[in-house]
Amino acid sequence: MPTGSIQAASPSARGHRADAGAKHRSTMDALFRGTSLAFAVLVLVILGAILLVLLFQSSEAFLRFGPSFLWSSDWDPVRDLYGALPSAYGTVVSSLIAILIAGPVGIGVAVFLTEMAPPWLSRPVGLGIELLAAIPSIIYGMWGLFVLAPWLNRVFYAQLQEHFGFLPLFKGPSLGISMLTGGLILAVMILPFIASVTRDVFRLIPPMLKESAYGLGSTTWEVIRNVVIPYGRSGIVGAIFLGLGRALGETMAVTFVIGNSHVISASLLSPSNTISSTLANEFAEATTPLHVSSLVALGLILFLITTLILSLAKFLLWRMEKALPGGSKR
Amino acid sequence: MIPRGVKYIRRKAVNWGMLALSGTSAVFGLFFLFWILGVVLAKGGSALDWDFFSKLPAPPGVEGGGMANGIVGTLLLTVLATAIGVPCGLFAGTYLAEYGRNGALANTVRFISDVLTSAPSIVIGVFVYAILVRPLRGFSGFAGGVALAFIMIPVVTRTTEEMLQLVPNALREAALALGAPYWKVVVNVCYRRVLGGMTTGILLAIARVSGETAPLLFTALNNPYWNFNPMYPTGTLNVTLFNYAMSPYNDWRAQAWGAAFLITLFVLVVTILARIVVSRTQTGRTPS
Repeated sequence: MPTGSIQAASPSARGHRADAGAKHRSTMDALFRGTSLAFAVLVLVILGAILLVLLFQSSEAFLRFGPSFLWSSDWDPVRDLYGALPSAYGTVVSSLIAILIAGPVGIGVAVFLTEMAPPWLSRPVGLGIELLAAIPSIIYGMWGLFVLAPWLNRVFYAQLQEHFGFLPLFKGPSLGISMLTGGLILAVMILPFIASVTRDVFRLIPPMLKESAYGLGSTTWEVIRNVVIPYGRSGIVGAIFLGLGRALGETMAVTFVIGNSHVISASLLSPSNTISSTLANEFAEATTPLHVSSLVALGLILFLITTLILSLAKFLLWRMEKALPGGSKR
Repeated sequence: MIPRGVKYIRRKAVNWGMLALSGTSAVFGLFFLFWILGVVLAKGGSALDWDFFSKLPAPPGVEGGGMANGIVGTLLLTVLATAIGVPCGLFAGTYLAEYGRNGALANTVRFISDVLTSAPSIVIGVFVYAILVRPLRGFSGFAGGVALAFIMIPVVTRTTEEMLQLVPNALREAALALGAPYWKVVVNVCYRRVLGGMTTGILLAIARVSGETAPLLFTALNNPYWNFNPMYPTGTLNVTLFNYAMSPYNDWRAQAWGAAFLITLFVLVVTILARIVVSRTQTGRTPS
């Protein structure tokens, strides 16, 4: 860091006439530094304020229902009774469906981009996958509601019920809008995040290691399986957690296709709810203070869970980058 | 001699099988990209006409109408968010790269920014509702802009920092040796050097917030009329799309597709523009 010593030395080294200028410049320097510092601290303040405000605004619900708010399955605005379980259950299950699909597929895409495709193919395909991340959530939702859900219901869910209808997972009438549709749309949405982070992780792996394995006669898949994946394991897990964090908090797309029902059902084909979709549907129209407070409490739970998951993701990726010689970029 | 045993053939087969699977994954991803874009293009393109850009929303059941106010509202909120979020992010990013470096504070800010970047945007909406909508006793475009700005700040912070880190230290030292004060070195040397990269970061942040809907639902709310007062509810394309798509009227749904088309077009054009800017200026790698 070249700054401190040079600045400190400069005023005294000059003559008397330069003093005014030097004073001015050191004021400007202090001002610039102070402003930068203030805005950096602002980022911390935002996080702290979110936590405090949510905690304060949700206190009414937590005081009224106690800890049983967390596992109560009531959600009845008419009787003014609220519990987090239906929404929390939907959030977790839909995100798990998404991860189960997008995890392996995302790693597959990363393998394709880094180990298989020649540069002329890898670039446009990579760009295409990144554009998938740029499409706004609400567009996914609209496409999901009017195109994907009816198609799934007609083609895929009908088959599913015919062959596996005896399982409680696929029982009941199917309308297309359901937990499974929500999970599938989330899978498409988080795929680009998992793919691009995993790709970056694969690129950090020293080529020397891969070349040694190739030199011993390994096939491409053996190199991936025995060198690339073990070496990048912590980074890959980080990428999956990052995707999970995204899936948990995703709102609009899920709100469109999940059906918004506060009933917990074992069937993946019945309508459900997530924390974020409950917030999107009810927050602006909540009338009683307890209803608003309960919704804020849901928001707090969601924020805590995603922050935890994302911190874990960040930590794993950081450890990965630190462990590799080429990974000192952050 | 090369062995051609059963084991060798099996290894080859497994290799090809797994590579085919990974190729299929890439095709799977692209398939959805083209499916979504195709549907939006086909259904949205036909819903757009002059009325869509020039008229206010029609009451339910009445034919025609447009989303002129929503288009302007989305642009206004995006400009407001950019005006608040970009300076905050630029300064914070400058601190991380130029002053804080690897100190404890800088590392914490870096970590928190990354967490906030992926934090659920709907929670940001709840937060802004609590700090602005409730105390001011009303939904407002201003609150919507602030909510979007909160989403922008961590994104701009991190891209600014990543870009500034690409500036070689020799450049800073050269400018300092000429007697330039440090703030001038940062503004006139470092910023100038990475102008392209920072523009990309800002454009990507704009693309991100212009498609956001969740934080607007209970901050800016919606408004079927013209509104240029930031203290009143403001209609946006995004929220109007949500309401229209969920409505039972076919006419409204068609218009929702039109809005979807416009939003997607805007976001993709800005995203691709951002990539062109970064590949044109020689700042090294792109932010990811």
